[in-house]
Amino acid sequence: MKTRLIVFAFMAMLVIAASCQNDGQIEFNRFYSNGSVVYQAHCQNCHGAKGEGLQGLIPSLTDSIYLKNNKNTLACQLNSGLKGKITILNKEFEGEMPASKLSPLEIAQVLTYVTNSFGNKLGTINTDRVNTDLAKCK
Amino acid sequence: MKNTGYIIALILLGYGCKFNDSATKTLPIYGNKEPVTKTVDGKQVTDTVYQTIPAFKFVNQYGDTITEKSLNGKIYVADFFFTTCPTICPVMHRNMLPVYNEFKNNPDFRILSHSIDPKYDTVPVLKKYADKMGIAGNTWWLLHGNKDATYTIAKSYLVAVQEKNAQENYTHDGFFILIDKQKRIRGTYQGTDPAEVEKMTADIKILMAETDQKAAK
Repeated sequence: MKTRLIVFAFMAMLVIAASCQNDGQIEFNRFYSNGSVVYQAHCQNCHGAKGEGLQGLIPSLTDSIYLKNNKNTLACQLNSGLKGKITILNKEFEGEMPASKLSPLEIAQVLTYVTNSFGNKLGTINTDRVNTDLAKCK
Repeated sequence: MKNTGYIIALILLGYGCKFNDSATKTLPIYGNKEPVTKTVDGKQVTDTVYQTIPAFKFVNQYGDTITEKSLNGKIYVADFFFTTCPTICPVMHRNMLPVYNEFKNNPDFRILSHSIDPKYDTVPVLKKYADKMGIAGNTWWLLHGNKDATYTIAKSYLVAVQEKNAQENYTHDGFFILIDKQKRIRGTYQGTDPAEVEKMTADIKILMAETDQKAAK
């Protein structure tokens, strides 16, 4: 009888702990896990499973400072592609990233994944944020 | 009676060890083979003739002409790619880098990457690609050649390549092909799979240790 009670109490604690996740955390988890699927399908070939890039050809996604400074233009980069010189981790790259055919939701998911993986920690980039950023694309 | 069982077990164990003997391990020879009967010293001798890579002529990233003669006495790996390929090529060459690093100081080893987009991938473009990949010297050649020659050689490596399709994409297999000093196919590996490429590295070492590879010039 006593054991049952302990098990019940433990289960109850688990349920409470799980529901303690706030809405923000739930949104983040949803975007992040879907984003990892988008990443594998559309980004990983070039940027690598660990976001390591490829030598001097393809930049890594581990430059947290670049990502932070360009947080509001990342959506445009994915939407319209990227051409010309950029400096990542003090190394210059000048290839071309093709425009993706991702929806604003997918862009939000994959950006949330990338900017919170590989040592980055920028929080959720949600669909509203992406739509606002896309409206300001040059 | 009990002892007989032990003896049988021991014999079986002995056979098992034979198959695992790494000292005598050799790689299979792939491609078509034909029996050829010759008369040597008045005796009929039947020999197996294996498929070999035919003569070719390409230009590498330094502008040097590369023919089948440039590979005499060399074991090499061939693949097909193009520099603007957004799909499997970055994966293939990410996986090829450790192979390059492992064997770059071995004068009898080469990597040949044939571009299937000769219009865009000119010699300077290939040189730039090599520089950015961080590859130097003569271990890894990026080859430019006319389209027909490249597509023909792909067939002899048993690799499928195809011209631009409706989506303006080239398609090609991601295979790495291992060729021995007699220009025979000794292995094919999925270049997009790191585990298969690791197996290739192990196989290259086995091949290098084969008696008729060590003897070949």
